[in-house]
Amino acid sequence: MEGIAALIVDDSSVMRKIVERSLRQAGINLTQVFEAGNGSEALTTLAANRVDLILCDINMPVMDGLEFVKQLPAVPNAKGVPVVMITTEGSEAHVVQALSLGARGYIRKPFTPDQVKEHVIPVLGVKA
Amino acid sequence: MLGCQLTVPQTLTDEPTGITSMVGLAGQLCGVMSIRCSKVSATIMASKMLGIQIDEVGPNLADSLGEIGNMVAGNFKNKIEGLSDGCMLSVPTVIMGNDYSLYSLTGSDTLSLKLLFENLPIVISLAIHS
Repeated sequence: MEGIAALIVDDSSVMRKIVERSLRQAGINLTQVFEAGNGSEALTTLAANRVDLILCDINMPVMDGLEFVKQLPAVPNAKGVPVVMITTEGSEAHVVQALSLGARGYIRKPFTPDQVKEHVIPVLGVKA
Repeated sequence: MLGCQLTVPQTLTDEPTGITSMVGLAGQLCGVMSIRCSKVSATIMASKMLGIQIDEVGPNLADSLGEIGNMVAGNFKNKIEGLSDGCMLSVPTVIMGNDYSLYSLTGSDTLSLKLLFENLPIVISLAIHS
């Protein structure tokens, strides 16, 4: 698989590490990983960097994942970049809202590398 | 995520102490869910979650157990019909140490589940507001 750059957005640094590890365990070749602690930080990161994949928590301080996804279309570097929501307590309504705003999928915590693979590979448009 | 199963002990005489992760529930269901275990258990969990050696866990210990508390509470409420959208979770709070008493203003009984993680005791408790 061709290498990709990913942006991981979660207010927990532990969870960001877990997501990165799970992506690597899922066989995804990460050439670059950007991290952001909330949606606002993620928008700042995207203003200066191009990524191939965004994994985003829903419940975060400052700017949550739903507001982040809402604002993504205005970011030139984010055009066409698939977003997968990662959430624990995300209600069905939140998940539906995230998908309607343009997210391409969602993963519920706790997850296994296989589940990450199952949800992320299809949105990257590559074969597992 | 941790790649292991919890087991039910035949008997559990020793109450685990050392570290407690708490997550508040508010909305249609109000209360506190907590996970209590020894520092050794929490360190093993963090090590497994992060894929790092036990001696590398260090500053990630509290955050890791906090995330586990968040996931347990989140999955609990998502499995009860109607609670997914009607109940919110607080950010996790983690207490290190044994010398504390917890008063959650729940005014009702607490349901406790005693389990074994890697043969070490772990207690998951749910206190619901009456």
